This record gives sequence, structure tokens and C-alpha cells, in this order.
Amino acid sequence: MTVNGWLQILVFLFVVFLLAKPVGIFLARVFNHNKTYLDPVLRPLEKVIYRLTGVDEKREMRWTEYAIAMLLFSGVSMTLLYLIERMQKWLPFNPQKLPNVPPFLAFGTAASFTTNTNWQAYAGETTMSYFTQMAGLAYHNFTSAATGIVLAIVVIRGIARHETEHLGNFWVDMTRCLLWVLLPVCLVGSLVLVSQGVIQNLNSYATAHLIAPHSVQVTGANGKMTSKEVTRQVIPQGPVASQEVIKEFGTNGGGFFNANSAHPFENPTPFTNFLEMVLIFAIPSGLTYTLGRMTGSQRHGWAIWAAMAFLFLVGVSTVYWAEARGNPLLVGTDQRASALQPGGNMEGKEVRFGIADSSLFTTVTTDASCGAVNSMFDSYTPIGGMVPLVNIMLGEVVFGGVGAGLIGMVVFVILAVFIAGLMVGRTPEYLGKKIEAYDVKMAMLAILILTFITLGFPAISVVQPFGTSSISNPGPHGLTQVVYAYVSSAGNNGSAFAGLNANTPWYNITTGLTQLLGRFFMIIPVLAIAGSLAKKKIVPESSGTFPVTGPLFTVLLVSTILIVGALTFFPALSLGPILEHLMMMAGKTF
Amino acid sequence: MKKNLLIAVWFTLITTLLFGLGYPLAVTGLAQLMFPRRADGQLIERNGKLIGSRIIGQEFTGPSYFHSRPSAAGSGYNALDSGGSNLAPTNKALLDRVEADVKKLRAQNPGTPIPIDLVTASGSGLDPDISPAAALFQLPRVARARGISEHALRALVEKHITGKQFGFLGDARVNVLELNLALNRLYPIRSGSANGFAGVGAAGSSKR
Amino acid sequence: MDKRDRRKKQSLTDRKILSRAIADSFRKLRPQTMIKNPVMFVVEVGATLTTIQFFWNIFHHTGQIGFDFQITLWLWFTVLFANFAEAMAEGRGKAQAETLRKARTETQARRVWGDDQTEIVPSSKLRAGDIVIVSAGEFIPGDGEIIAGVASVDESAITGESAPVIREAGGDRSAVTGGTRVLSDEITVRISSNPGETFLDRMIQLVEGASRQKTPNEIALNILLAGLTIIFLVAVVTLQPFAIYSGAPQNLFVLISLLVCLIPTTIGALLSAIGIAGMDRLIRRNVIAMSGRAVEAAGDVDVLLLDKTGTITLGNRQATALYPCKNVSELDLARAAQFASLADETPEGRSIVVLAKEKYGLRGHEFAQHNPSFIPFSAHTRMSGVDLDNRQIRKGAPDAIAKYVAEQGREVPPETKQVVTEIASGGGTPLLVAQDRRVLGVIALTDVVKGGIRERFDHLRAMGIRTVMITGDNPLTAAAIARTAGVDDFLAEAKPEDKMALIKKEQAQGRLVAMAGDGTNDAPALAQADVGVAMNTGTQAAKEAGNMVDLDSNPTKLIEIVEIGKQLLITRGALTTFSVANDVAKYFAIIPAMFSVAFPELQVLNVMHLATPQSAVLSAVIFNALIIIALIPLSLRGVRYRPVGAASLLRRNLLIYGLGGVIAPFVGIKLIDMLLVHLHIV
Repeated sequence: MTVNGWLQILVFLFVVFLLAKPVGIFLARVFNHNKTYLDPVLRPLEKVIYRLTGVDEKREMRWTEYAIAMLLFSGVSMTLLYLIERMQKWLPFNPQKLPNVPPFLAFGTAASFTTNTNWQAYAGETTMSYFTQMAGLAYHNFTSAATGIVLAIVVIRGIARHETEHLGNFWVDMTRCLLWVLLPVCLVGSLVLVSQGVIQNLNSYATAHLIAPHSVQVTGANGKMTSKEVTRQVIPQGPVASQEVIKEFGTNGGGFFNANSAHPFENPTPFTNFLEMVLIFAIPSGLTYTLGRMTGSQRHGWAIWAAMAFLFLVGVSTVYWAEARGNPLLVGTDQRASALQPGGNMEGKEVRFGIADSSLFTTVTTDASCGAVNSMFDSYTPIGGMVPLVNIMLGEVVFGGVGAGLIGMVVFVILAVFIAGLMVGRTPEYLGKKIEAYDVKMAMLAILILTFITLGFPAISVVQPFGTSSISNPGPHGLTQVVYAYVSSAGNNGSAFAGLNANTPWYNITTGLTQLLGRFFMIIPVLAIAGSLAKKKIVPESSGTFPVTGPLFTVLLVSTILIVGALTFFPALSLGPILEHLMMMAGKTF
Repeated sequence: MKKNLLIAVWFTLITTLLFGLGYPLAVTGLAQLMFPRRADGQLIERNGKLIGSRIIGQEFTGPSYFHSRPSAAGSGYNALDSGGSNLAPTNKALLDRVEADVKKLRAQNPGTPIPIDLVTASGSGLDPDISPAAALFQLPRVARARGISEHALRALVEKHITGKQFGFLGDARVNVLELNLALNRLYPIRSGSANGFAGVGAAGSSKR
Repeated sequence: MDKRDRRKKQSLTDRKILSRAIADSFRKLRPQTMIKNPVMFVVEVGATLTTIQFFWNIFHHTGQIGFDFQITLWLWFTVLFANFAEAMAEGRGKAQAETLRKARTETQARRVWGDDQTEIVPSSKLRAGDIVIVSAGEFIPGDGEIIAGVASVDESAITGESAPVIREAGGDRSAVTGGTRVLSDEITVRISSNPGETFLDRMIQLVEGASRQKTPNEIALNILLAGLTIIFLVAVVTLQPFAIYSGAPQNLFVLISLLVCLIPTTIGALLSAIGIAGMDRLIRRNVIAMSGRAVEAAGDVDVLLLDKTGTITLGNRQATALYPCKNVSELDLARAAQFASLADETPEGRSIVVLAKEKYGLRGHEFAQHNPSFIPFSAHTRMSGVDLDNRQIRKGAPDAIAKYVAEQGREVPPETKQVVTEIASGGGTPLLVAQDRRVLGVIALTDVVKGGIRERFDHLRAMGIRTVMITGDNPLTAAAIARTAGVDDFLAEAKPEDKMALIKKEQAQGRLVAMAGDGTNDAPALAQADVGVAMNTGTQAAKEAGNMVDLDSNPTKLIEIVEIGKQLLITRGALTTFSVANDVAKYFAIIPAMFSVAFPELQVLNVMHLATPQSAVLSAVIFNALIIIALIPLSLRGVRYRPVGAASLLRRNLLIYGLGGVIAPFVGIKLIDMLLVHLHIV
């Protein structure tokens, strides 16, 4: 670990902190239909969309209708993505003449992008045409992010409003989110990325003639090793920047290329790396401020932010420590950090990012349910790799996915308030709303479903040949690979211990199912909570009210997240990364 | 329900046009206008021939070139197959690979500890950079092969070190392709040398 | 009160209760009973499974008989301890119910028949609406309202208070309770309840816990506990495949031990005991809550409506100061005031005598020498006083005295008029004293705020509860008393409908309101309030409208009720937090024990350095069972309650039960482990 490494981490967190308020205020203004500077341009466009789609701007929905509209939109747009993938051969912007995507992969990808997971069982550069990338995948990066954000807004409204059933109009919220929040940042952000070297074109792939051709050993079809001359390198192209920016800003994480944000065309410089990380945290962090602002308890918003920031710092410190320490099994190498080299465990990491930026990106992308990666988790040290796993296991609430993070956090807040709230001598209440049986039932339902899928499927996978055959790294690491696949799917993260061959019927079906359950069985119970909270009266605050502000509440919230969220996974962690770490330290290999 | 379904269909179509096509095409236009070279991938041409992208790593073998890091992209630096090795730190395959590389490198430059990035594969498999330490480690070998003084070569390497961005972001690095191009320009490979390379386009003889 | 408390405290350790609780612990093992408590039901199923496995192992000569047996045994203990906790909580109520039942013995009633006839019927035949006559020495056969007569009644069977109380027709003291005994006179009572539905019957059911239903918060908490149980069930069930993959499969005993240690057994075992004990604490303070919901609501109360008289102030006004006119010495005024009041038996009159004695050292010994003749108060003159040898002393309302002196052409001096106004505007009542038709000065009668009441209101404020004083006084007087007593707000010149409107207004703003009342005109407000405490001396209508009855008829008890409600909730929350926090240590005991045989590296997780895998698992299970027993007294007694703000209350309780809950099992498990090793048990 170096001073400069820590400096980058702290500067990053500081920038995120500075952005929370302006982003939070802007979000509140957009969804409260207040005036913004963008109105003169966007308001006419907004009205056109309503006219064309037949949306009644003034009509507000109950939580059930909101949920139905959300599900219908997800269903329709997912179908369109599937059709685009299946027909890309006949559609424009396909200079490489890529064939149609096979049905099963097309379906899995459609589900994955609709749920904001962006788990990828394909390599983008050889599978998806530019049209599919733009109109199919990047489009879903926008809409799945917007869906998450508007749902968080509904949850906030549920807490803030009282004695009403109306929580807003899904179509209006979506439109405003897309136009006011996502579009302007993406337009500007993508150009900044291009200026740093992220590509943006519609050219066909370029073929370079190497200045130093060489031969490689390849295994032929007959299993024999043969020598092959390499004289050329095909360099893929595409409209990358426009997708890259929303991939981070919407915490989607699906890379244009297979290597994702490790690819130099997606993430060419340390600055793009920094910008991408800031984009990932911008909305989730800002939403805590929006929560405080819309509920009239700004300090509550900050208390949640502090809990998130604390868990983030614990995570990033652990990864950074573990990765900088390196791999003791790699004898004969120099892993000490110096001015001339990053040192540490560099397998799967880029030189331009080194250990600090890789560790930071990894923590950020798994704290938020982004899943973009700038280094490969499978090659992380056991403890370094455990952090992303734990981050997702906690329910993607450390800033979390856009909207989804706050939604998950609200579940934990409700549990924390419910468990400890009694200790002030009143039945539990959250910002003046009594937490009753129905709310607890819905919160538990959300957590239960997640537990079932994130532990159930791995349990089956590790004792059945159809599951174990996909494991690429034997020993305890294999267990981590399998558990990670489902945890990442359920958390709609989409990052992977990519050595696991997830492109098998068993994994394709079960991870797809996990993504859908993890998304909608989280969202719908929480929407129900929002609906239930909105109907309640607000009990005025007094000195007897359970305080949901201040360091005490932050500590309570963090403890609840750790005990309820993480303890369930402790057995799996002990047999996976913890055991692997101890064995690695003892010099054991697999 | 029915009304919302209808809205869902129209909303999907209209926003797809707007965000799926309008937005990326607009960005493409603007990018091509403002940063044409960057938007196209910083491609490098020599004598009208495309020889690579500045920021996509390439495989270099033989003693007279600075080598890139090991790559797990296809058979090595296959830009259509980007990705890392995904080998666990406790996986024997990784340890064997590193051990073999360490052995080879140690023979070239005995006594010097081997910079870790030189024996580990990057995440993209297309890492265009190596650490300054890794470049300096290779310096004696390249100097020997090119028949130039280590001192002169060190100056060239140091000129190619990109420092931390804005003084604190990322890590110092050396772009291998650029360094090797400069090397070829300044110190062309002597014909007939033991490790005869004929420069651009010629076939290499060394094996990894 | 104190005596009664002591008597009931002794019953906590009463042998009889203890032995019955032990028997009940086994009776409650029936699955039909257990399933109502999902957490403990899972433990029972687990214990059953290990029992079966244990016997299977014996027949097949496998397993570690000693370890397997002990685990099984302690799992059963865990279930039994939980049942025991509940049985103990119920035990005290049951004992009390027995006493009450004795009061419900069949009695003969004289039912009025036709115009003047009476007939003797057994009390069980009485229906609502029947009219009975009860004479001295007879038991009142059922709940009802006195429609004629006045009597002193011994209500000790219900209230425990041995001093007889007066009950009379009309007014707010007309209700009588079945099972109480008339000591003097004769009353005519209209029976208001059918057999089996009397107050006594309901009370017996309540204290026995027979009609106990889960309260809303308890239901919600049960959902949470059931949810956590399922989550940990999934965690343990899926652990086995992970263990198999790792090459270290586990046996049933260890897996079930882990499960039982992880699920929230502590709170699961004690939850209903806490609820029962909360009701019981109210009963010991002579308050009967008609539902557990009311007790919970008491903890949530935001606004307390308190009647001024009897709650905030002592029942009557008292003389507190004397203001002589010019040229009159204070001592002379005091002597005249005392003389005028010596024969006055009203509380006000007596307070004047006391003031003269205490403040001016006047004992009135010379009084008798002056041939006094008393002039009693008359509605006509609105004065009272005394005629001595040659003097006439009168005291009375200012206008009455003014009229009295005006008859001699005298006037009340202007500065005295000033004093009169000041006293009135300060909330007091001025009385003028005149001697020989000349005004001597003013006596100030003021409301005397009960001692310590201000502190109680300060406590309530710290707890976030607003107090509102209800009074019939004019706003000026009300404001002055409100200031002195330290209430937050007051409602002056209050009519019953104003009270109702205030409750509705507060409730519309989301606040929970508590009030006490006794009169028939209080009934609607009592019903509207979230916590309505009816006085036992009150009318039947009031008792039926409220959701609590205070047998001592002490309106100040409202504050205690709120505190008991809060204490109940705090206890529940504290033990839930403790229970959940316990899991951390148990993981660190059991996980290394499970896998350190196959993977010695995992020994580093054995932070407690437990001796062997068997001792570790067993220690955790034993701790898990014993902690239930250890916490029974706390759950029955309740967590100590301090009237402070929520933030400091939370900080304190989180530290004790949250952090303590994390640390305690580390210590406990280690100690048990050391003991097990020392005793060579494993």
C-alpha cells in the first residue's frame, strides 16, 4: 500500500461526497416537477413523448399499478431486445456481418440487461452488432437504470407522503429520469471519455500488420500442438463511449468488450477510470441526499450515506491491503510497490491502474451493483476476492445500484428500526411511520428470497456434476466461484469470477432465474412497503422518537447490515475465501 | 392493465429510437468532429500500413524488443478475445506458468528480482503498458541484442515513461508498442545479427 | 401499595408457582402448543431428530454416544427452559386468579320482583337489567349500578385495599362490582352484566392469560423471528453441500446444534413471558388492562390528558398566604382568620387553621374564653364566621364581604381590592376577613400542586410525551397552575365535548392520546383515547369505555402506566437485540469446530481457543440454553427504565444489549468450555 494509493481512494470518496448534495437536489427537483435549467430544451420533448405514448401526465398511480406498469415495460422492452438480438444479421450497423445471436443466449442476455445485471455469457466484440449494442444493450442500460431510480423515488415518496395511495406515475417518472437525469450526463460524459481515448465510431474492425510477427503454439483439432504464425491483429471498433458512460452511470456494468473496463478502448487512462468510478457512485450517493430532502430529514440521509461510506472504506481497505500484499506463492518475483512498479498481486490487473485503482474500482463496482470490472476477480487473492463477494452478499446496499441500492438500504433501515426501535420504549417507527407486521413481512420476504436463491443454487451446484464441471479453479476457490455466480446474479451485479464456465444449461437457467427473482422479488415487496407506508399517518417527532440520524443510528445500521446480511453467508465464506486464504498462507496449492 | 400495456409498447419504441439510436449516433457525430483520432482508436500507421493501436497491446518476442506482459487474450494479445487468465492465486496452473516465466527471465537478467507485472497476465489481455521496472529489467537484454549502450537505452526508456496522470492518478507505465517503435526508429536492428529481425513485416524466429 | 407489592414479590419464588411451572414446561411440549412459537418449534423438531438419530446410533453402534446424548439432552432443555419461562410468567397470574375465583363464589341474590316483592335467586341466574337489593353483610351478586341508597363497601377482594369505600346512587361513584361486600346500609343495584361476563370473570381471564392475544407489535416481531429462523435454516441446510464439496461432511448433531444456536431462541423463548409479565406488572399496580394492545399503546403515547383536580393538584384549595390591610398587623389578621375558621370543617377552613398555627404560631387556646358562637356558612350570606364576646368575625367571598361592610357604610380599601384581583389572576381564590364590619385583610386560597409532580412532567417531557392539563377553571387560573405544575399545555373551562375534540385533534396529527376519567360524561373521550384509564370508583359506563381500569382510582397512575408500557417494549427490544447479537460468537465457536478436523488451518477462527470440536459445539448449545434461564428474571421484571430521551436510552441499551450481546457469549461459551474440560465431560 502506498501513500499515493490512499490519496486516490480518499480523493475519490471526497469527490463522491461533494457530488451527493447537488445530485441529490437535482434528483429531488426532477421528480418533484420543480423547474430546472434544462426545462426549456427538455420540457417540449417530454410533452411530445407523452402525446405519442398516450400518457396522462397528471394521473398518479397506486403502488400496485406502478408495479404492473414497471413489469409490463420490463417485459415489452425485454422482448424487443430479444428480437433485435435474433435479427441483427438483417439490421443495419453490422459491419462485421455478425450472425444472429443464438436463441438461448439472446434470451439470457435480454433478461440480464433488463434486470440491470448485465451478466454476460458472450464476448461483445464477436457476438453483438453495433445495432444490438446501441439499440438493444445500451438502451437497456438506460431503461433498467431509470427503472431502478424511479422505484427508489417511489419508496422515498412512500416514506415522505402520508395518508395517500398515490405514489406517482411510472411513465412520467421514467421519462423525466431518462431525459433530465441520464441523457445530459451521458452526452457530456461520453465526449469526455472519447477525449481520453474511449473509441466512438461505426467503422468495421481494423486489421493491423504487426511489426514483430511471432509464432504461437496452438492446440489443433487433433489435440496436437502446432506452431502458428501471427502477423496480424484485428482491432475491434464500435460506438463504445456512448455505452460506456451509461454502463457506469446507470450501474449496469455490461461491457462493450469481453474484458469490460479493463479493455483499453473502454477505460484507456487512469482518469477515465476515476471518472467511471465517480459515475458509478454518483446517483446512489446522491439518492441518499434526495431521501433526506424529500422526507424532510436531511440528517437521516447523511446518516445512511455515512453507513455506506463506512462499509465502502472497510471494503476498499481490505482489498487494497490484500492485493498490495501480493501472492506469497509466486516465488522469485518482486511484488513490492515502488515508484517504478505497482507491485502486489498483478495477475488480472492492468499496469495503468496498478493495485490501488484496481482495488478501488473492484470495491466500487461491487458496492454498487454495477459489475463493470477493470481487473479480474478470479485472480484476486482470496481475501481481496472475498470483499466483492461480501459487498454483494450484503445486498448491494453500500451505495448500491442506482435506486436498487437505496431500496435495499431501506429494507435494512426498516429491520434496524424494527429490531432496535423497541429499545426506546415505543413501537418501532421510521421517520414518523409506524413499522407494522405487514412492513416487516415484506422486508423479510425480500431478504428470504435472496437467501434462498443465493445459497440454494450454489448448494446444488457444488454437489452435482452439472455444477462442479464448470469450476475452473479447484479447491476452496471453486466454491467461491460458484457462490459468486449466484450472489452476483441475485444482487444484479453481473461481475463474475469469470473462470467459471457459466455458459451451460444449468448455469444459464439458474443464474437467469436468479437475476429475475433477485430484481423483482426485491422490488415488489419494497414497493408494497412504500404503498403501505404512504397510507400511514406521520407521528410527529418528539424527543421520545427513535433517532434515525447521527452516528448512533449509523452504527446501528451498519451492525444490522453486517449481522443480518452477512452472518447467513459466514459458513460459505469460511469454506471458500477464508479457507483458501489460510491455505495459501500455508503454501497449499490446488 | 391494457392501457399500460399499450403505453409500454409505444414507450419502448419511442425511447428506443431516442436513446438507442438518436443518442449514440449523435455522440458518434460529435466525437468524430471533436476527437477524430481518439474516437477511432488511436491507430498507428507506418508507410500507409496500419500497424496497430497505440493503446492496444501487442505481443513482442525475441531479445531485441521490449516484451509486453503475458496475455490470456486468445493465444496472446488477440484483440478479438480480450480477457484475463482467471486463474486463482492458489491454482497450480498459474504458479507453474509464473515459475516457467521467472526461470526464463532470470536467465536473461540474473540477480535482479523480476517485476511482478512482467510475469502476470493483465485483465484485458491487451495491456499496452508495462511498469518502468519491467522495462528497465529488460534493458540489458535489449541493449545487448541491439548492440547499444545501456545508458543510451535507459534514456530512451525513461523518455517513454508516462507518469501518474495529474500527478496522482494511476501508476507510472511504459507503452511497449511506442517504445519498440522508437527503438526501431533510433536503433534499427542490425541485419545479420544473431537474433536477426528484419523489422516491420518480417517473420520472427523466436518462440515464447 | 407497598405492602401488597411485597406480598406479590414473595410469590415470585413461591414453591407452588415454581413446581407448577415445571410441570407446565413439559405440558407445553405438545406440538400443537409449540407451533404457536415457530422458533422454539424448530428447536423441538431438531431435538426430536437428534433423539431419533441418537437411538439409531446406539442400535448401530456408531456415533459418539456421550456427545450425541449431551447435545440431545441440552436441545430438549432449551425447549423446556423456554416453556418454563412462559409458565413462570403465567404462574403469578394463575395464583392471583385463584384468589379472585374465591371471591366469585356462588351467592344468593335478592331480586326485586314486580313492584315491591323480592325473591331469592342464585347469583348465577342474574341477567343484565335485573334489580337486586343488597344489605349490610351481603355480597353484591354481580356488577351493576346503584340506583338507590348509599353504602360502604369492602372491595378488598378486587383492589386489595382493606379500607371500605362509599358507593352511592347517582354521581360518579355508583358502580359496584360483583364479589365485593356491603358493610353498612342497604343499596338497590341494577345488574349490568350476564354471568360469566362480569368484571371479575374478565379479570380472572386476563390475569390467567387465558384470553391473551398477541399484540400487533408481538405479531410483527414474530414474523421477524420466523423469517430469521427460515434464513438460518437455509444457511444450515446449504452448509452441508458446501461441506461435502470441501470434503468435510457434518453429522446431524452438529448441524442441528448450529441451527439452534443461530436462530433467535433467546427472544423466541422469552417473548411471550415478557408480554405476560408486562400485564402482570400492571396488575400488581392494581391496573387491569383489557388488552395487551392497550399496554403497547401506553408505551407509544404522545399526549397525556390529565385532570387538574386529584391528578396535578391535591383535591382542594388551601390557604397559603395572608395579606393584611393597612394598619392591621399580620398577626391580628391571622388570629381573626383562625377564629373564623376553627369551627369550619371544610378542607379550606381547616387549611386556614393550619396556616395560622404553622406560620404564626397561633394555637387558638384562648378561643374558648370568649364565649364563641358559630355562624355557619349560608348560601344566602355566603359568609361564615364566629361571634365572640363583643366581636363579629366573618370570612367570605370578596363581594359578599364587601356587601357586609357596606352595610356600615364602609368600603374595602382599594389596595386590598388590588390584592384580591392579583390573587384571582394568579389562579388562587381570595377570601376576605372582616371584624366588626371592617375589612382586616385577605386570605389567599390556592391550588396546591402535588409534591414531585413537576419532576414527573419533566421526565415525561424527556421521554417525548406532552402533558395537557384539563380543568374547569378559567384560562387565567389554569395558566397559573399549568406554570406551577410544569405541564406543557392546558385546556381551560373544559367541557366534556372539548376534551373529545382535543383528543380527536391530536389523533388527527398522528399522536396517541392517553387519559384517565371516571364520570359518565368521560365515557366517550375514554373510548376515543388510545389509552383510556377508567377509575374503579367511576361509573359503569366509564369502566366499559376505557381499555384499562385502575382499581386504586388514582389518576396519577396514568404516568406509571405509560412507564410500564415503555418498559415492556424496551424489554422486548433489548432481548431481541441481545439474541440477534449473540449469533456472532456462536459462529466463531461452531464453524471452526466443524471444519478444523479436515482443515487445521481453520483453527485460527477458533478465537476462543475452545478445547475440542465437541466441547466447542456443546458449550455453544449449553450457553444457548442457559442464557434463557439466566434471562427469565430480567424478562419477568423488565429492563430497568429511565425517563430520558430516546437518543440516550437507545445509546445505553444498544451498549448493554447490543454490544453486550456480542461479547457475553464469547465469555460464556469460553467459561462453559473450561468447565466441561475440567469436569472431563467431553
